[in-house]
Amino acid sequence: MATVAPTQHYNILKRRRKLLGQVWLVVLQILVTALVITFLVPFLWMVSSSLKVSTEIFAPNFVLIPDDPQWQNFARVFDVMPFDKFIINTLIVVLFAVLGTVISSAMVAYSFARLNWPGRDFFFGLLLATMMLPIIITLVPRFIIFRSLPAFGLQGSSNWINTFLPLTVPFWFAGTPLYVFLMRQFFRGLPMELEEAALIDGAGRIRILTQIILPLSKPVLATVAVFSILQHYQEYLEPLIYLSSLNKWTLAIGIASLNANESFGASWEMVFAAGTIMTLPVLLLFLIAQRYFVQGIAMTGFGGR
Amino acid sequence: MASLSTVKPAGRFRFRRPSPQVLREWLQGYFFASPFLIGFIVFIAFPMAYSIVLAFQKWDLLTPPQFVGFKNFQRMFFTDKDAWLSLYNSAYYTLFAVPIQLVISFILAMALTQKIRFRDFYRAGFYLPIIVPLVAWAIVWQRVLHPENGILNQFLEVFGIAPKAWLFDPPLAKPAFVFMSLWMIGRQMVIFIAGLGNIPDSLLEAASLDGCGPWGRMRNVILPLMTPLIFFNMIMAVINSFQSFIPAKIMTDGGPEKATLFAVLKIYNEGFQWFNMGYASALAWELFIIVVGLTLVAFWSQRLWVHYEA
Repeated sequence: MATVAPTQHYNILKRRRKLLGQVWLVVLQILVTALVITFLVPFLWMVSSSLKVSTEIFAPNFVLIPDDPQWQNFARVFDVMPFDKFIINTLIVVLFAVLGTVISSAMVAYSFARLNWPGRDFFFGLLLATMMLPIIITLVPRFIIFRSLPAFGLQGSSNWINTFLPLTVPFWFAGTPLYVFLMRQFFRGLPMELEEAALIDGAGRIRILTQIILPLSKPVLATVAVFSILQHYQEYLEPLIYLSSLNKWTLAIGIASLNANESFGASWEMVFAAGTIMTLPVLLLFLIAQRYFVQGIAMTGFGGR
Repeated sequence: MASLSTVKPAGRFRFRRPSPQVLREWLQGYFFASPFLIGFIVFIAFPMAYSIVLAFQKWDLLTPPQFVGFKNFQRMFFTDKDAWLSLYNSAYYTLFAVPIQLVISFILAMALTQKIRFRDFYRAGFYLPIIVPLVAWAIVWQRVLHPENGILNQFLEVFGIAPKAWLFDPPLAKPAFVFMSLWMIGRQMVIFIAGLGNIPDSLLEAASLDGCGPWGRMRNVILPLMTPLIFFNMIMAVINSFQSFIPAKIMTDGGPEKATLFAVLKIYNEGFQWFNMGYASALAWELFIIVVGLTLVAFWSQRLWVHYEA
């Protein structure tokens, strides 16, 4: 029949296009693989070098897994600087900052999501605006304000300088507006009926928040907690400004200082070991909570730092 | 109850005494929002107002503050060349880093939404560098870029390219920072991937039926639909690039020859190395106005190129 020829022709075209598509996918796969390796190289170099001696690091050919892993590099890091102290300090700061962030953000988000009060929309707009503001503007005045606030001898200090207070207290006041925004969006998606039923049953707002809203909001709470941990774990500028004595330093400050003092005895492998020590916990967190990272970023586009 | 109070009074606003129930909800609303309301006043609004006062003062924290009028601004605009230089450095970094980041993260997102294998592995791999704490990342990159022992020069040597001094060479230091920032595109990539996943297949099929090839689909369907996310990624990248501090502080401390003296590092140095609190505040206001101005211009420009329909 006359119609057969064009159909065959079409089929050939279709097959050729399919083949082309498959070739393209293989090429793409190879390109992406090469690129992802490039992306991972600095990280792999750090971890691998943390187990080497200097001459191995400086050798022209790169060996991923050293023949004789130098585990004592990690011990030496703890010998030159009180890294155990830095780790404990970091954990304290992160714990209190994250706890405050989650609790205060949930409260504020609930108010913005579910309660009606005069000025609510204005203040929500303000919250959105502060997310975009270059917060660097408050760096100097905050230092001066915290310098005049009494610490009553906490951590041996008469004012907030050289204490963990400037690094934690602001976060009990919804210090990162992004997280309020994230939670508010999530709360708004929850069914209103549950809450209304509880209200009719005579439940108070605090009970509604803690016993109805929060148990339903585990994904967003996890996302906020994970981002917040990451944020405070690696915070550098504020600890640098506020923490002057060595025994109050956080990991970020300790590592930067170790790095700056390379000429005074800290060698490359020790700096790499210190970097690895700081990175592995967050990497572990990422592997456990990868879902929440991706969810949170897709939701807002912020996250991390 | 909540639905009742959303009903707006009809016609002209007349003050009516709210019912006890409504009043109760108001109070609850203020109570639950109080952390933000207090925090905003104490940690944002008041410091901002205070830093205006500071900008007109000379204060080293040891002697009492002195009112000096516009002297800080005079110094910033006319005598302190480093103030301009730091803005130039930040603008240079932003101008080059942001567009390259956007293009690469978009291409990566396109690649990772094709039918290739191990997509989740790749996504995690490209995302990993921004999980690494920035301080650790900076000390590693300081060594990646090291003239003698860095792996970048070792890698370039394979292609017969002579080793470069990167962070020790003024013309190369900023490009090296831009290059390093390309490892930080994981977040932008994830946002683009999420956006690409939301493009309805029906639109792509319709475009194909209308005779669009891959390039036509890209130009007529995908790019227009992605403009809101491109806008979003762009604006966040600009805000963050202008406020970049950690890499410059740790890797170069502003050197070589102030080639990486970025705006925030300059503010930090003035405020916390040399304790010129007033001058640092003036510098911070300058940066603040620039970044907010850029943000506003970007928001205004949306109408020209960002499509929010569909």
